[in-house]
Amino acid sequence: MNLTLKIWRQKNAGAKGNFATYRMEDVSPKMSFLEMLDALNKKLVEEDKDPVAFDHDCREGICGSCGMYINGHPHGPVPAVTTCLLSMRYFSDGDTICVEPWRAKPFPVIKDLIVDRSAFDKIQIAGGYISVNAGAAPEANSIPAQKKNSDTAFDSSICIGCGACVAACKNASAMLFVSAKISQFALLPQGRIEAKDRVRAMVEMMDELGFGNCSNTGACEAECPKEIKLTNIARLNREYYKAY
Amino acid sequence: MGKLISKVPEGPLAQKWTRYKSSVKLVNPANKKKVEIIVVGTGLSGASAASSLGELGYSVKNFCYQDSPRRAHSVAAQGGINAAKNYQNDGDSVYRLFYDMIKGGDYRAREANVYRAAEVSNQVIDHFTALGVPFARDYGGTLDTRSFGGVQVSRTFYAKGQTGQQCLLGCYSSLNRQIKKGNVKMFPRREMLDLVVIDGRARGIITRNLITGEIERHGAHAVVLATGGYGTIYYLSTLAVNSNASAAWKAHKKGAFFANPSFVQIHPTSVPQLNEFQSKLTLMSESLRNDGRIWVSKTRGDKRPANDVPEDERDYYLERRYPTFGNLVPRDVASRAAKERCDAGYGVGETGLAVNLDFRDAINKQGKKAIENKYGNLFDMYKTITGIDSYEEPMRIYPAGHYTMGGLWVDYELMTTIPGLYAIGESNFSDHGANRLGASSLMQAAGDGYFVLPNTISNYLADQISVAKIATDKPEFADAEKAAMERISKLMSIKGKQTASSFHKRLGRIMWDYVGMSRNEAGLKKALELIGELKDEFWKDLNIPGNADDLNMELEKAGRVADYFDLAQLLITDALNRKESCGAHFREEYQTPDGEALRNDEEYAYVAAWEYTGEGKPHILHKEELKFEEVEMKVRSYK
Repeated sequence: MNLTLKIWRQKNAGAKGNFATYRMEDVSPKMSFLEMLDALNKKLVEEDKDPVAFDHDCREGICGSCGMYINGHPHGPVPAVTTCLLSMRYFSDGDTICVEPWRAKPFPVIKDLIVDRSAFDKIQIAGGYISVNAGAAPEANSIPAQKKNSDTAFDSSICIGCGACVAACKNASAMLFVSAKISQFALLPQGRIEAKDRVRAMVEMMDELGFGNCSNTGACEAECPKEIKLTNIARLNREYYKAY
Repeated sequence: MGKLISKVPEGPLAQKWTRYKSSVKLVNPANKKKVEIIVVGTGLSGASAASSLGELGYSVKNFCYQDSPRRAHSVAAQGGINAAKNYQNDGDSVYRLFYDMIKGGDYRAREANVYRAAEVSNQVIDHFTALGVPFARDYGGTLDTRSFGGVQVSRTFYAKGQTGQQCLLGCYSSLNRQIKKGNVKMFPRREMLDLVVIDGRARGIITRNLITGEIERHGAHAVVLATGGYGTIYYLSTLAVNSNASAAWKAHKKGAFFANPSFVQIHPTSVPQLNEFQSKLTLMSESLRNDGRIWVSKTRGDKRPANDVPEDERDYYLERRYPTFGNLVPRDVASRAAKERCDAGYGVGETGLAVNLDFRDAINKQGKKAIENKYGNLFDMYKTITGIDSYEEPMRIYPAGHYTMGGLWVDYELMTTIPGLYAIGESNFSDHGANRLGASSLMQAAGDGYFVLPNTISNYLADQISVAKIATDKPEFADAEKAAMERISKLMSIKGKQTASSFHKRLGRIMWDYVGMSRNEAGLKKALELIGELKDEFWKDLNIPGNADDLNMELEKAGRVADYFDLAQLLITDALNRKESCGAHFREEYQTPDGEALRNDEEYAYVAAWEYTGEGKPHILHKEELKFEEVEMKVRSYK
C-alpha cells in the first residue's frame, strides 16, 4: 500500500519543530510500524538525509523504549499494543498517518520523536523499591502471599514505563505509572513495611517534576499498551491517604 | 599473559565456593568508598552487580546505552528462572541442577563455575522474592514452579511469560535504591567505545554520550562488563535490535581472551519470519513446550490447514525421536530437529520454514482457562504479531538466534585475562558450555551480579586500596579517546551509499546460512570469504548522514556492525577449529548415524580462548583443559 506520513521533525530540545511530509510506497501489511519507519530511514540515509530519530529496542513490546503519537493515539489506534508491535495491517492504502513525539512538559523532546523520560526514573529512585540488601533475604517461602493479591500485584507490575499514560493525559499526569508501582508493593507483604514512606516519596517527586493532577478522565487506562487498570490510581489514593 | 589460570579452588566440588568465600581477601568497609568500580550494562547481571556493590559501600558508576536501566534486554526473558529449591519434592537438589547444566552444556563448561551457579540459585530466588518480584504462587501462598526444557524436575520460578521483566525490574529497584543513597551514579545513553588499560590493569572506559556525541573518559579501580551476548550478529534474532558486542569486542582487542565464540544457541520456538523488512524475530517462550506438542504432517509439502490434518497423519517428531524427553528436549536438539523436518520438505506455512506447536490436547485435557493462566500473554503476543488465535489453531514456530554461550574468558572469580576487568552474565562464557538450558540465564546473570562478583572482586580490590582515584588525564586515556575519535571520523568520512543496517542484514544472512544451526568446513570457509568481501565493501560504501557531535543513530549502528565483521570472523575460526559436534555447535561432518551430535572428548574437551594479536593478524588459540572431577562425560541422550 502507499501511504503519506506526516512526521514531527525537531533537531534538538531548543529548536523549533515542524511536520515533514514523506511518501511511502509499497508498504507491506505484514510490516510493523517501526519496520515501516526503518524503510523510510533507509531511503533517507541513501539520499544522505537525516533519518527520523526514534527510541526503540526490544521490538517485542516489553522494554518500553518506543512510543510515539500516531494519528492522535499513543502507540497508535489499536488497543493494547506498543508501537513496535503495531502491525501495518491496520492501515489502508492511501492513508495519511500523523506521527508525533509524546507531548508533556516533564518529557522534553530530545530529537524528532525521542523524548527525555528520565523523570520516570527519578520517581522510581525516590521510593520504588523494597529496602533489602543482597544476602539479607529470608527463605522465599517464609513470606507467603495470597495468590489473589500476588496475581493483582503482577498485573500492576507489568508496566513498561513507556510514558503513554502521561502523553495521553490532558494534565500530563503520571498517576497511572506511579500507582502501578505503588500497587505492586502495597499488595505484597514484603512491600507493606515501607508502604507509607514509599507513597509519600514517590508522590512528592511526581509533583516536583511537574506532572499534572489526575482528573479521572481515564485516557491513561484507555491508551496503556499493557492495560494497567485505573483501579491502581484508586489504590494509590488510598495508600496516600493512609500515609498521613 | 598467555597461560589460562582458572583459579578454581581446591577441595571437593560442593565445598569450593564456601571455602573460597572463607579465605578470600576483603576490603575494609572504611576503604570501600574510596574504591571506584565501573559497571557497563544494566541488565540482570549489570544492575544486580551495581546495586550489590553499592550496598557493600563501593563507589559505583553504572552505564547503559538505553535511556533507562529498566530497558536492558533481560527485560524480554519470558519463561522463568531456575533454582534448586526442591519445593515440589520431586528429587531436585543443587547437585541435580548442576548436573543438568553440565549435561545440557554437553560437557564443555567449567565444573566449578556451574556448581556455584546452581548453589547460589536459591539465594537468587530468596532475594527476588524479598524485592517484591511477583512470582506465580499457589493458593496456600507459596511459590509455584513449572518444568522447562531439558530437565525432569519442576524447578522453574516464573511470573507468567514475563519473568525477565519482573526480575529486571527487581534489579532496577535495588539499583534505584543505591542511586538514591549516592552509592551508584547512573550514566544512561552512553555507549562504551573502549577500555582503558594502564600498566596491564583495567582502569577505565571511554564512552560516547549518545545525545550530545561527546566523548567522555571515566576512571575506576576495576571495570565490570555486563554487556550481554552477540546474538544480533545474525541480524534477525530474538534480541533487542540495539544489543551488540562492541564493548566486549573492544575489551578483547585490549587483551581479554574471547572464549568459545562459536557456541551460539538457536532457540527452537520463535515466531517465523513474516516479511523481508523484518527487524527481529520474537521469541515464544519454550515453557510452551510443556503443554504444546510439536508436529508436522507426515506428508511432504502438505498444504492443508493444520486442523484439517487427521491425528494419524501427524508426525510428532520430537516425541517419536526422543520418547523420554519428548517435546522437552534441550533447545539445540529441538532446533535441529525442526530444521531437519523443514529441510526435508515437511515444513508448514507459506514458506515451509515453520513447524506446528499445538495446544489442542492440552486445552481438551486442562481446559482453556488453565492454558490461558499459564500462557495468556504469549498467546496474546502471538496473535498481535500474526493475527492468529492459537487457542483455535496451532502456533507456527521456527528456530532463531537467541543466546550466546561463548563470551569473554573468565576465571573462577569472573575476571578476564586483563587484571581488574570482569565479565558477568551472558557476556562471559563460563556456565553454559556448548548449550544453555532454559531458565538458567536469568539465574546465572542474577547469581553473578548479586552473589558471586561481590564476593570475588574484593580479592582483587584488597590490593588496590592504596591506589589513588584513577585520574583520567593519563596518556592511556588520551590515547584511547583519540583512537575512538579517529574511528568515528573514519566511519563518518566513508560517505558511500549504503546504510549500516543493510550491511548488517547481509552479514546476518551469511551467518545464518553457513554458521547457524549446522555447519560444515566448506560452508564455514565460504562464509569467511563472503564476510571478508562484505567488510571491504562496508569500509568503502557505508553512508552515515549528519554529524558525530549530535544524536546519530546511524553512527551507533555502524560502529556495532564494524565490530561484528571482526567477531564473525573469529566465530567462524572457532567453529572451524572445533572439529566435533557438541551442544549447539553442530558440525555436519561429526554426527552419529542417526543424526545426533558426535562429541570428541579426546581432542576437544577444552575451552577455546582466543587472543587478539592485531588488526588483520590471526588470533592465537589458548586451551583451558576441562577436567571433570565430579561427573563422568557421557553421551548426551534424551531418547
